[in-house]
This record gives sequence, structure tokens and C-alpha cells, in this order.
Amino acid sequence: MARLTLDQVRHVALLAALELSDDEANALRDELGAILDYMVALESLDVSGVEPTFHPLNMAASLRSDHLQPSLSREQALAAAPESEQGAFAVPKVLEGEG
Amino acid sequence: MVDRELHALCVTELASAVAGGEVSAVEVTRAYLERIERFNPALNAYLHVDAQGALAAAAAVDRARAQGDAPGPLAGVPLALKDNLCTRGLPTTCGSRILQNYVPPYDADVVERLRAAGAVLLGKLNMDEFAMGSSNENSAFGPVHNPWDLSRAPGGSSGGAAAVTAARLSVAALGSDTGGSVRQPAGFCGVTAIKPTYGRVSRYGLVAFASSLDQVGPIARNVRDAARLLAVIAGHDPRDATSAQSPVEAYEDECSRELSGLRVGVLVDAIAGCEPSTRQAIESALSRLQALGCEPVTVSLPHAEHAIAVYYIVATAEASSNLARFDGMRYGLRVRGEDLRDTYRKSRSAGFGREVKRRIMLGTYALSAGYYDAFYLKAQRVRTLIVRDFERAFERCDLLLMPTSPGPAFKLGEVKDPLSMYKQDIFTLPASLAGVPALSMPCGLTDGRLPIGLQLVGPHFTEARLVRVASALEQALGVATSAPDPGPGARA
Repeated sequence: MARLTLDQVRHVALLAALELSDDEANALRDELGAILDYMVALESLDVSGVEPTFHPLNMAASLRSDHLQPSLSREQALAAAPESEQGAFAVPKVLEGEG
Repeated sequence: MVDRELHALCVTELASAVAGGEVSAVEVTRAYLERIERFNPALNAYLHVDAQGALAAAAAVDRARAQGDAPGPLAGVPLALKDNLCTRGLPTTCGSRILQNYVPPYDADVVERLRAAGAVLLGKLNMDEFAMGSSNENSAFGPVHNPWDLSRAPGGSSGGAAAVTAARLSVAALGSDTGGSVRQPAGFCGVTAIKPTYGRVSRYGLVAFASSLDQVGPIARNVRDAARLLAVIAGHDPRDATSAQSPVEAYEDECSRELSGLRVGVLVDAIAGCEPSTRQAIESALSRLQALGCEPVTVSLPHAEHAIAVYYIVATAEASSNLARFDGMRYGLRVRGEDLRDTYRKSRSAGFGREVKRRIMLGTYALSAGYYDAFYLKAQRVRTLIVRDFERAFERCDLLLMPTSPGPAFKLGEVKDPLSMYKQDIFTLPASLAGVPALSMPCGLTDGRLPIGLQLVGPHFTEARLVRVASALEQALGVATSAPDPGPGARA
């Protein structure tokens, strides 16, 4: 596996919704490259037929009955919002060509 | 009246003194608030002190006692919380600018349980941003200083929790452990910590870092205190789908019990790779255990050397997904951009620090098209090999003895590149990946008077066994667990 290119760093940043300065992108290319080089050691391990461990305990998914329970009030839920109006979260325009 | 200074009393002693009317909860709380005011500037361990709330909770404990109500197991005991545990009406920053002004509308499950047990909550503790770090240097609010030597790191990510416990700015604390984050700082600061079995303690209200690894755990001055705290915070919670149903045991009853016949697995290679002072302390702890009737068995975890690569793929992948929620819409920092997507990007870029960005990038890469199989899926398969290593080892022994860290606390600023910092976690990561319980306790001091930590690791849900062995070993070793008081303004 080759080290990362700057284009790859930019692409991953786009996926992760991060904006990187040129300095940040260059530093990440080198740092992540070194970390990925280290991780390449996993390639040498034969894991054919080995199931992945997504969860450390073998527990069945627990279900609960679906009934109404008390929850946060609208005011509580909105209290930490950067912006709210008319009892709702106010966010930048999502759809093009409106307003 | 109590004849020792109030801050010298541990959790169980204080709970008894308050229950017996020897001291009031308000007196104890005032004593701690004074110590925080005096010594916290040198440590930078508290991010937020809730003097008013603490005194009100203490007064309520005193009133309840006066009315003849039965006291809870932590009645009148001042405790503090890592700042990634949600507290209703109190800031919860996760050591991050993105949550600098966040005040949750609800308490974490463990916080509810502490309050119900009568605990007095002093405030919120500094940490590596979003629990990502091994030195506390990744906090947006400056590093915590190790109370044993202010020029050294307290460990991470629960550095504040370990530092206040060692420096007696709280009686004990709760932290969280994803890859060693209660154990390693406990080792660096000379105190005791338990990383419970995955699922033993509810994650409800613990701000998520890596959901298949995160566990809340106690940090305390001695094993009995840690056992009492664990008994209070453990138990099933329907609000956490991964919360275990198995019954909570009477962990404290395991203190001062016989050990004879227990088989202790020793990882010879792991011990050989440590600094000489750590190696000697672990070897001497092992001979103490033998003298107490334990039988040493040489075992190995052949795939444990891959734990760093596996962990830093799995944990960052989970983190990249979990931290997607910080987008500046419903809570946290919002930096206006040209449109919605630009606002996401600007908010996240201004709000997250370097290590958090690095891990989000690494995790996003490992999950991205073309790399998922080679990195993420491969890592989860190697994780299975590590799980099997533990299963094989536990066929031959009842618990494992290993170092908590390769050496004692390093200097702030000493470990510079990310990969070298990740390698500090080599001994704590395997238990996290396998979801097994692990306890870290002090086992000696270096010549330079820095604490050395050892780790006891058992099969799933054997916290009681770990407490039993740790308690006996603690008595046999008699290690000092109180750091010297930092001089006022003595920050290095």
C-alpha cells in the first residue's frame, strides 16, 4: 500500500465534512501515511475463515415494548441549539432555488 | 469528630463518618472546595466547579440524615466527573471547543446512580478532546499536570479524573475507558481504576467515541473505594441497547479474602519489554501474589502485538461515524458558511482539534470505498484473533497480570508524533478489544518517585475476582497512593 497522496487527503476530508488548510492537509498526508504504513503489518496475517468481531459480547439485540414515555420538552431540546425559531431548529437553506 | 484531615479520608471512610454523624456532608464539601481553589490552578484538572450545586446536594444529605433516612452508599461523599459524562444543567465540553458552551438537558445513567447513592458532585474534569489521547495534551483547555511531578503528563484520556483523585481534590472520580483511558492515567498518577466488562455499566449519557469499546469506570484511592463505586454505577439500563443483564455482584465483599489456588497468567514477553523500574515492580508484585497462595502460569497473547493497528482502525472508524453528529445544527459551535454543507465543514473545522481531525480522517479512510475490506474488515477479523488469544489464556489461568504502561509518566511535550503516542497503549488495548474487565493499581514508585501501575485482566464479568486479587495485593504491597500537595502556582 502506498502512502497517501494529497488528493486522497482532500477526498477523505470532503467525506468527513472537514475543511483543511494547505498546511493541515500536508501534515495529515505525512502523519496518516506513517500510521497507515504501520498498519500494513496486518496484511501478513491470514484471517481466511475468521469471522469479524463487531461487538465484544455475544448478546442478542434487546427489544422493548413500543409505548409512549416521557421525553425532553421542546424547550429543553432546543435549549442548546445555535439557532432556533418557532419551536424548531433553524438551519441554513437545504434545497436550492427556494426563498 | 474525625481526627484526621477530611481530605485524607477515602470513600468508604467518609461515607461511614457522614452516616455516623461524625462529620457533616457540608463540612466535607467545603473542605474539598477549598482544596480545589487552592491547588487546581497548578493542576488544571477541573474545567468546571459546581460549588453551589455541591453544597446544595451536601445540605440535602445532612437534612435526610437528620430526618433519620437511611444513607446511600455514597452519602455525603464528594466526587467528580470526566467532562464527557452528561450532567443536567452543568457544562459538558468533552475537552472540545465544539462543545465549549454545551449544557446537556439530562444526566448520564451513571450520574443518576451517583446522585441516588447520595454522592456530592464537585464538578467536571479535564480530558483529551473526545477522550482521544494518552497524555491529556489534546484538551482544548490545556493539559492537566501530573500531581507527582507537574512537568509530567497525568496520562489520558481521563487525566483530570486521575489527577484529582491522586491530589485529593476529589475523593474519587468517574472516567471513561475506550483503549485504556481510566487505567493508564491511574497508573501514571498512582491510583486505582477499573475498566468494567463491556456492557457492565450503561453508556447512556456518555458522549460516544467508539461505541463497541467505550465503558465508564471508577478511579479511586484504593481498591475498596473503586469496588464500591463500581457496585453503584453497574447494572442494566434499558436506555443502552448493549447494557448487560447479568446481576451486579457485591464487589466490596471480595476485599480481604483468601487468594489461595488462583492461577495468575504472566505475560513474560510483555514484562520483558518494559522499563527496568516497571519490570522490577511487576516481578515483585508477582512474588507477593505467590506468597499469598497464587500459582503463576506462563501464558501468551500471540496477536496482542497487533492490538495497536486493530484498535486505531476500529476506534477511529467508529469515531468518524459517532462524531458526524457534531455539525453545528442542534447543539455545539456553529460557524456560518455559504450553504448547509459549508456550514458543516466550517463548524467542524473550527470546533475540532488536531488529534480529533486526524482520527476522523483515519476512520473515514478506513471505512471508505476501496479500503473497507483491507482496513476495517481486516482489523475486525484480527480482533477475533485477539479475542481467541484471551479465551485460550483463560483456559489455563484465572486472571492475567501485566503492566499498565511500558513505563512511568512521561514529560508533557515529550512524546511528539502520533504513532509513538498510540504505542503507549500497547498493554491496555487488548482488553478493550476483547471487552474483558481490567483493573489498574499502583505497585510501586520509581527512584524518582513516580508511580508504577500494574494491570489485572480477567474473563468477562469477573470484576469480583479482580477486586479480590487487587485488594490482597494492595495490602501486601502497601504502596503510597497520595501525591504531594502541589505548591500554589507551582505549575512547571
